[in-house]
Amino acid sequence: MSTRRYSRDHEWVLPEKESLVKVGITAHAAKALGDIVYVELPQEGDSFSAGDALAVVESVKAASDVFTPVSGKVVAVNDSLENAPEQINAEPLQAWIAVIEMSDAGELDALLDEEGYRAFCEQED
Amino acid sequence: MMKTPLYAQHEAQKARLVDFAGWEMPIQYTGIIAEHNAARTRAGLFDVSHMGEIAVSGPGAGAFINGLVTNDIGKAKPGRAVYSPLCMEGGGTVDDLLVYVLGEDRYLLVVNAANTEKDYAWIREHAPAGVAVENVSPHYAQIAIQGPKALTILQTLTKTDLDAIRYYHFVQDVADIPGGPGIISRTGYTGEDGFEVYLPWDNAPVLWEALLTAGTPLGLAPVGLGARDTLRLEAAMPLYGHELSAQITPLQAGLDRFVKFDKGDFIGREALLRQRESGDYTRLVGLTLTDRGIPRAGYPVLSGETIIGTVTSGGQAPYLEKAIALALVPARYTEPGTELAVGIRGRTARAEVTALPFYRRG
Repeated sequence: MSTRRYSRDHEWVLPEKESLVKVGITAHAAKALGDIVYVELPQEGDSFSAGDALAVVESVKAASDVFTPVSGKVVAVNDSLENAPEQINAEPLQAWIAVIEMSDAGELDALLDEEGYRAFCEQED
Repeated sequence: MMKTPLYAQHEAQKARLVDFAGWEMPIQYTGIIAEHNAARTRAGLFDVSHMGEIAVSGPGAGAFINGLVTNDIGKAKPGRAVYSPLCMEGGGTVDDLLVYVLGEDRYLLVVNAANTEKDYAWIREHAPAGVAVENVSPHYAQIAIQGPKALTILQTLTKTDLDAIRYYHFVQDVADIPGGPGIISRTGYTGEDGFEVYLPWDNAPVLWEALLTAGTPLGLAPVGLGARDTLRLEAAMPLYGHELSAQITPLQAGLDRFVKFDKGDFIGREALLRQRESGDYTRLVGLTLTDRGIPRAGYPVLSGETIIGTVTSGGQAPYLEKAIALALVPARYTEPGTELAVGIRGRTARAEVTALPFYRRG
């Protein structure tokens, strides 16, 4: 069973080991954006509070912020997105953007589980 | 919101629909990049029925239009389609349009959807007695087919020799076109060879379906407004509201060849002449980014640390696979090869002035 959690801004958070989580954007977000042609990644070592703009994904039409659902420090970024941003459209749940070392694991509780997120998307459409 | 006669077709194709100038229009069907490249390499099918059509007729109609638009329609014979800006006294642009010369003192002006009401009011306001001006937009649907296979596909549907229609010419009253009678015009907004077909509003689905049936085996794909915009950006064709506006003159947009000072008086002539003689105005350049990043409309353009201009349109060019932009900058920065930069969210990305158009068909 997946422990992936989802934000109401359409990001996903996947707990790895200890306080590390991977962050990406959902299939719903990727589909809404359309063809993604550019990703502006954060720097390793950058710190963010939950809700801060962590990255920018740009489709042909527009630029959109990716908000981090959890506070913490970036310990890794997915450099492969720089030359192949289309991975986000192809496999949004695989194409992680950054690994964050959470400063407050309790923030995960505020996020939606898969079922809750699906219901949220249906409501939004 | 207003719907074109092809709304049901767009829904059936599962297009993503957006509000464009009050019209519920397809922004994309399968994806902007795939649609863009279909038009570049095979053929694209566009519903542009939202565009406005204004009929101008009666004794003196030609002279009247020639006094409104900046290009010269005086020598244009029936069968010609003339592209022209339409200006205000101060030289700012009301719209850019196509003037179809239907017959002696009979014209059809095709205008941007967002400007139809404004243009109609402007033209009517200036019309002399005896010249009739009618907004006939509700009567005309428009379907464009663009790309290297456009001629082959459209030719399967009519006996009219399409290759005999020269660029910016048209034939009218084509009876055998499915959904006709129609006007077939060798024009477009993509940088490709292709045609724009005007036909009675309610008949549009007949032609749309016939083109898809004939063209799908040859790679024809429906193209939404998203790729229409990236196609025209690669071809460096102006879009009203971006490269032309009430504040931006045709000279600034680099449309000098469509401003005919020698033809006699027209609205905006004096102001445009003064602007040209002064030489002191920002003008449109092409930019190609040499650093990573995507330039967007409204982003600042810099020379060194100084902001010298603004991006009017920009994006990732799907066919060229480069980040490109059109921007207004002072004249001394317009030489191809000039090193500039674009401000993108607080950082700067280097860019090089590039000769226009970015894309020219082979």
